[in-house]
Amino acid sequence: MEFLRPATWDEALAAKAEYPTAVPIAGGTDVMVELNFDRHRPVALIDLNRIPELHDWETGADGVVRLGASVPYARIIGHLSDRLPGLSLAARTVGSPQIRNRGSVGGNLGAASPAGDSHPALLASGCLVEAASADRGPRMIPIDEFFLGVKRNALEPDELILAVHIPSATGPQQFAKIGTRNAMVIAVCSFGMALHPEAGSVRTGIGSAAPTPRRAGAAEEFIAAELADTGMWASRGELAAATAKRFGELVAEAASPIDDVRGSAAYRRHALSVLARRTLTWTWDEYRAAGRAAA
Amino acid sequence: MKITFDVNGRRTEADDVWEGESLLYVLRERVGLPGSKNACEQGECGSCTIYLDGDPVCACLVAAGQVQGREVRTVEGLADGDTLDPVQQAFVDAGAVQCGFCTPGLLVQTHDLLERQAQPGDAEIREALSGNLCRCTGYEKIMDAVRLAAARKAEAASNRVPVRPERFTGS
Repeated sequence: MEFLRPATWDEALAAKAEYPTAVPIAGGTDVMVELNFDRHRPVALIDLNRIPELHDWETGADGVVRLGASVPYARIIGHLSDRLPGLSLAARTVGSPQIRNRGSVGGNLGAASPAGDSHPALLASGCLVEAASADRGPRMIPIDEFFLGVKRNALEPDELILAVHIPSATGPQQFAKIGTRNAMVIAVCSFGMALHPEAGSVRTGIGSAAPTPRRAGAAEEFIAAELADTGMWASRGELAAATAKRFGELVAEAASPIDDVRGSAAYRRHALSVLARRTLTWTWDEYRAAGRAAA
Repeated sequence: MKITFDVNGRRTEADDVWEGESLLYVLRERVGLPGSKNACEQGECGSCTIYLDGDPVCACLVAAGQVQGREVRTVEGLADGDTLDPVQQAFVDAGAVQCGFCTPGLLVQTHDLLERQAQPGDAEIREALSGNLCRCTGYEKIMDAVRLAAARKAEAASNRVPVRPERFTGS
């Protein structure tokens, strides 16, 4: 095994081009477990900790946050919870303080686990993943096209993730996760959602209840139509209980969970319907309260 | 490969390090610092918590090669010579140690908590220590120790009489 320590992004891309099966390592919270338990012996490790731009973030004039792939969850919670509330809520549920000091969104995306905590929030935000290779340069991958299968993503073997471009929240966002305790839990299932009042849309993300993280398209269309038809974006009226319940049912129908050691498929479906109903109610109540505060 | 890094303020070299080796293995087996404990090797238990460039992390999840030129502080680096850090003394006085295996990680994590938040509430303590498992389940005494350490540090800061541990250990 080789241990490669690129000092720049270009050197990292060159290393990945030369060793396409090399494993990039930043926080190590997934990669080192594989090594410690001898489950995987990559030809090389590419240490990304020395590349400054991976650890930075900036907000553009358009409000899009360019989040470096290796920015630890603890920094997201500490510095970006105003602009990226959904992702920050998800980040708070990752592992433990020690894990949140190392783990990052880039690693979550690279591993592409269906249970990755950041994925539902990223799907709900409508972000772009910026990947790059030495040969072909950078490209933007819409998050909706990023997850291809269980632990499979849209990256080519010679590509690395540089950053994620996440629009600043324009409305309330929520994240909820089921587990046996608050810390150190792989999600039984999870759900993220974001209201986008400026677009009149609602976006969702389902975690740990399908081969990949995925959106609940029918649920999004249902609630967007309901809110538009009733003029609720403008009136900020009260959400009918039946509407929230139907939204939950449609989210549950969008999942295709399995029975496993963490929970049964039936439990996951039921839990998702509850999480979706609750998070919709929370975000809508927050939207209404913001309207009252502004009035 | 060879790696050079600072451990507890001292420049340290480790040779013949395997490229996939963890920092925890290097600390325990190559540089003679067995205070950080090796239990789960997957970041679940917190027994190997150390400071890396000032942030508490699990040493088992840091690749040895990643600490080249970096600063590491282990549980062995908390005390000032023969004088225990207030966090260590509080764990002794509160009886927050049963088998002791989880203690080094808890000491480092508590040390960090009190550096960032001098007077944490119980919820903050539980959150800060949520990644440190005690299989003896001695959590109540551990909570006592953290409260005691926080109170003593506050007392020391205001130069009053030290708080006696009996006030905090309940029974």
